[in-house]
Order: sequence, then C-alpha cells, then structure tokens
Amino acid sequence: MTHEKAKPESEVVLDVRGLTVRYGTNTVLDRVDMTVRQGEIRVILGGSGSGKSTLLKGILGLTEIAHGKIAILGQPMHVDDEKKRGQLMQRIGVLFQNGALFGSLTVGENVALPLREHRRLPDGASAELVRMKLAQVDLAHAENLYPAELSGGMKKRAGLARALALDPEMLFCDEPSAGLDPLTSAELDNLILTLRDQLKMTVVVVTHELASIKAIADSLIMVGGGKVIAEGPMAEVRGRGIAAVDEFFARKAKKARQQETSVAELFGLAPAKGGA
Amino acid sequence: MLPPILWGGYLRTEVQTAHATSTQPQLTLTDSPQSTARARTLVLVGVLDARAAGTLARQVRKKLPAKKSKLILDLTGVTAIDNAGTATLVDLWRLGHARHFAVELTGVQPAVLTALKQFHVTVALPKPVVVPGFFEDFGTGVWGAIEALGRFTVLASDTTVGAVQSLFTPGRMRWAAYFRESSLMGSQALGIVGLITFLIGLTLAFQSAYQLRQFGAAIYVAALTAISMVREMGPLITAILVAGRSGSSITSEVATMKVGEEIDAMQVMGIPFVDFIAVPKVLAMVTMVPLLTILADFLGILGGWIVGMVYLDIAPKPYLQKTIDALVTKDLVTGLFKSVVFAWGIALIGLYHGAGVRGGAQEVGKATTASVVSAIFFIIVADSIFSIIFYVVMA
Repeated sequence: MTHEKAKPESEVVLDVRGLTVRYGTNTVLDRVDMTVRQGEIRVILGGSGSGKSTLLKGILGLTEIAHGKIAILGQPMHVDDEKKRGQLMQRIGVLFQNGALFGSLTVGENVALPLREHRRLPDGASAELVRMKLAQVDLAHAENLYPAELSGGMKKRAGLARALALDPEMLFCDEPSAGLDPLTSAELDNLILTLRDQLKMTVVVVTHELASIKAIADSLIMVGGGKVIAEGPMAEVRGRGIAAVDEFFARKAKKARQQETSVAELFGLAPAKGGA
Repeated sequence: MLPPILWGGYLRTEVQTAHATSTQPQLTLTDSPQSTARARTLVLVGVLDARAAGTLARQVRKKLPAKKSKLILDLTGVTAIDNAGTATLVDLWRLGHARHFAVELTGVQPAVLTALKQFHVTVALPKPVVVPGFFEDFGTGVWGAIEALGRFTVLASDTTVGAVQSLFTPGRMRWAAYFRESSLMGSQALGIVGLITFLIGLTLAFQSAYQLRQFGAAIYVAALTAISMVREMGPLITAILVAGRSGSSITSEVATMKVGEEIDAMQVMGIPFVDFIAVPKVLAMVTMVPLLTILADFLGILGGWIVGMVYLDIAPKPYLQKTIDALVTKDLVTGLFKSVVFAWGIALIGLYHGAGVRGGAQEVGKATTASVVSAIFFIIVADSIFSIIFYVVMA
C-alpha cells in the first residue's frame, strides 16, 4: 500500500527535544529527539522494554520527565499552568491501550464526557454528536452498554470514538492492535487511515505489530534501549541497512545466543559454535 | 530408536540400548572400581530425571572430588534424560567450576546427546543482587517517607483548596457525583453504624453498671454512657467503620482507575482529577461522617437507656434527665469537629493510596489494605491529640 508522503515543507506539529525519563537510577529514555509533521502517520516502534510507551507517556505529560522540551501543535507542553495545558489537551485525542473507558459510565456517556466538559452544546446536539462518533467507529448499537460488557476490540473502538469527540487535530494511539485478532486490527488500521486521509489528522501510533506498521506508517521512529535507533520516512529508514531495523522487519530478532552454549558444548560433547 | 517426544511441554528423549533396562525408571549410582584419587568415576544406570536429580547431587556432594581432579560420569547406562536431569548436570559443572574440579561425561547415548544439545545455558551467571547496607536502606526509607509525605501534602492541599473553592462557586461542583458519593458513604452506612453504636452503648452501660451499682450510684450510668458516646465512642467508632467501608472503596476505585489508565485518560482530556474525583469524595465524606456521628451518639445513648430501664430498674425519665444534665455543648461540638477531621483524613488517605498505585491488578488489593490501616492509625492518633487539646490544654 502506498500513501502520499507528508510533504517536507508541511508544518511541524510535534517537536520533542532531548526528552529524558528516569525511573530511579534507571534511564528509560535518553535524550530522544523527534519531529512529526502535519498530516503524517508516524509509528513509534521498538521491542518490549525499549521505551516506546514511555516516549508516548512523556510526550503527553503522563510521566515525570527529567529534562527535555516538548511542543505539541506549536504550544509548549509541561507548562505548569494547568488551564493552558487543559486547553492544549482539548486539541489532541488519545487512544489508550485498553480504551481506558470509565467503568461507571456507558459507552455513550464516555464519549459525551469530553463534550460535556469542554463544549456547551444543547443536549440534543450533544447526543446526536455522540451517535455520529459511535457510528464512525461502527459502535452505534453499543451506546447504552457498559465497558465491562464490551469485547477488547469494541473497547478500543469506543476509546477511539471518545478520543475523536472534540475533533482533535492530532491523535495518539498506544498499541492499537495489541490483543486484537488480525481482522479487527486491520479495521482499526483502516479507520486510522481514513482519519488521516479525510480529516488531515496527524496520527502518532505506538506499536510493534508488523502488519499494522506496513499498512499505516508514513514514517517511523525506532526506539531501543531508550535511544532513537532510526527516524524518517518508512522506505528511507528501511533502505539504510540498520541492523536493528532490518531484524525487526525480517522478523528475525536474534536472541542473545552469543552468550549461550548448549549443555553438550559445555561438556565438550559438541563443537562450540563460532569458535566462541 | 524413538523420535524425541514433546509431551506436555516437557522434553524427554527415550532410547533403547544394549544394556537398557527401560522398564526400570530409577537411577542407580555406583562408584566405579576404576576410580582413582585423581579421577573419580560414577556409573549411572537408568533414567536421569527429576527423581534422580537429588540422588546424583547428594552422592557427588557427599564425596567431593579433590581440587584439580576429575569427576567422570559414565552415562553408558543412561537411557533417557529430561530437563531436570540436564539442569542437575549443569549444576554439577558449575560446582566443579567453583571448586576447581572437572566434570566429564562418557558413554553418552545419542538420544541423551540430542537432549543435551537442545538445552541452552548461559555460562556467566547473572550478577547477584546487591543487598543494600543498613545505612543505605535507612536513608532510602527516610527519603521515601519524605517523598510520600510531600505527595500527600500536594494532594491534600489541592483537594482541600478545590473543595473550599467549589463551595463558593457551586457551578464548578460535580453535584451528581457528590450526591452519589453521599448516598454511598452516608445513607447506605446508616444500618451498620446504627447497629454497632447501639451495641457499644449497651455494652458501655452494662460494664459501668456492674461497678457503679456497688456504690449505689447506678444512675450515673446515664452520665457515663452519654459522655463517653458523645465525646469518644460516637466519632471514633463511626470513623473506623467509615474507614473500613468507604475509605477502602475510595482506594480500590481510584486504584482500579489508575491501573486501567482512566486517570491518564482524564488528564489528556483536560478533566482535572481533583475536581472530578477527589473533591466530590472529600466533600461527601466531610458532610456525611458528622451526620453519621450524630446518629451514633443517639443510638449509643439509646442502648444505655435500655440497659438502665431493663437491667438497672431506672425509670426512663430520670435517666434521660441525667443524660441531658451530664452533657454540655462542648462535648457535642468537639465530637463533631473530630468527626470532620477524621472524615477529611479518611477520604484523603483513601485517594492518596489509590492514586499512588503503579503496576497491575494485584497492587489494588495491597493499596486498599494499606489505606484502611493508615486511615485507622490516623484516626486513633488524631483522637489522642484532640483529647489532649480539648480536655487538657483547653480544659
């Protein structure tokens, strides 16, 4: 699948400079830089424990950052002014890993919540908008169900409807395909593509699903060991011959076998591999 | 020769050889007559599996080979080996490595060799965890406590300021949430609080009557019950019950929201946690607990009254008169003031423990327990301090 590439001159909507996150003495992210332009689908990828989820949490201000500067839609993040931050947050949407729906509210109420908080709409219009958003993710029938009554895929779609409730300019998704069957995952990918194509939305997706990356990514940033391994348009990054990237796409993640010996080798019953 | 069978995730390779006694599963171990001081040979016959592992390890450790000598394991008679057996061999190799003797295997059957080839180990062991020394441990503990106190102070001041502000700007207040919480914490607790404090009043009257009757002062049961209920037992028992009922539910609710990323979701939707969750809970708690305390005072006195009438033969009217005479406004006011402080503490401790959860679902239970324990601790300590302030300093 090919997509129109984000033009290099398009506006920078996410700018991360020197983002460092530490948990205790453990540096999870080490001076990460990242730039996302208007209208592109950017995939943040990496193995588990690489720091990709922390990168997303750091950008969104959900984890304490040691240092670094973040600007979303030209506005600085991490301003101590809660009001300003709240206003910026209204311009972005976030889809959490398991939807993060409020368990005490129905699907419809979940989607209505940001509208009720930030938009003074007449009740009828608000209800109509909720139904529109739910129809957009194919959940019109589930308006009055509680999150506990939904399947994993439905929860994610409901979470997406809520993230889109305020018509955000930018969407962040944390592992949208995790725990979904390939078909549901592909539907979600198509939904994300539609958002980009029809609403010119910028999307940042954290994922490690190869099928999903191939389907949606315009550009990617690969994180490993808390550092950026590669960043750039999909084709360019893959053409550079970076070992970690090639391994990821070839699905041949080598285990750290160099340090491992078979028991037979240990007792000198088989020749040691690679003369190690 | 049978192919290796993967059975229940448990790799076991079976082979039949010339001296195999495949019907005999147990491993027999014998010291070979060829053993010398330099090289000890053990002859193994049978299946080297989990059951045999212990025997082998014990046998070797009983007579450890000397330094720079060899331990030869003759595996000619070993027909099969499983992962536990392989691990035992590796363990022996490591023992040899540490104690400077070599471990050699001879007569390895092809099937056993296949199994040994399939099992991979890391020669270098992971670094042992460094156990912090006393001072490091102590310092980390103190620093952790200071940090925790800091986080609690931030939450407590944000919430308290938010609560006071929303009282003056009713438009900002989440009234629906407030009424829902009030119903959960207040009206649904009426039964349990009423019953328990009634029984406490009854017991207090009984126990004091037993003593006071000896002096013919049975009528003072009325005063004693009334004062202890209104000053101490009413606020204290109510607060402890509410801590167990509602404090725990605040923690588990908030912790579950935290684990399910709902709190994060609120933050990115620009909905402040303090306004949306914390303030309604704290305000509901602070208004409901004093009301429950008033109920507790009444029912405790009622319990005493019944004991007075039934057990002490005191007429109902003199008993009530004595009760009213004994109580002063200060008793009621200090009691209610205490219950407000208790309520504030229970709600904030519940919120603090809930919001501090990191990790998975098992943390929710731990946080709930910690919340109830620290809330009750807070109640008792605050009560002692108030007793000193009200009845020693301000006496």
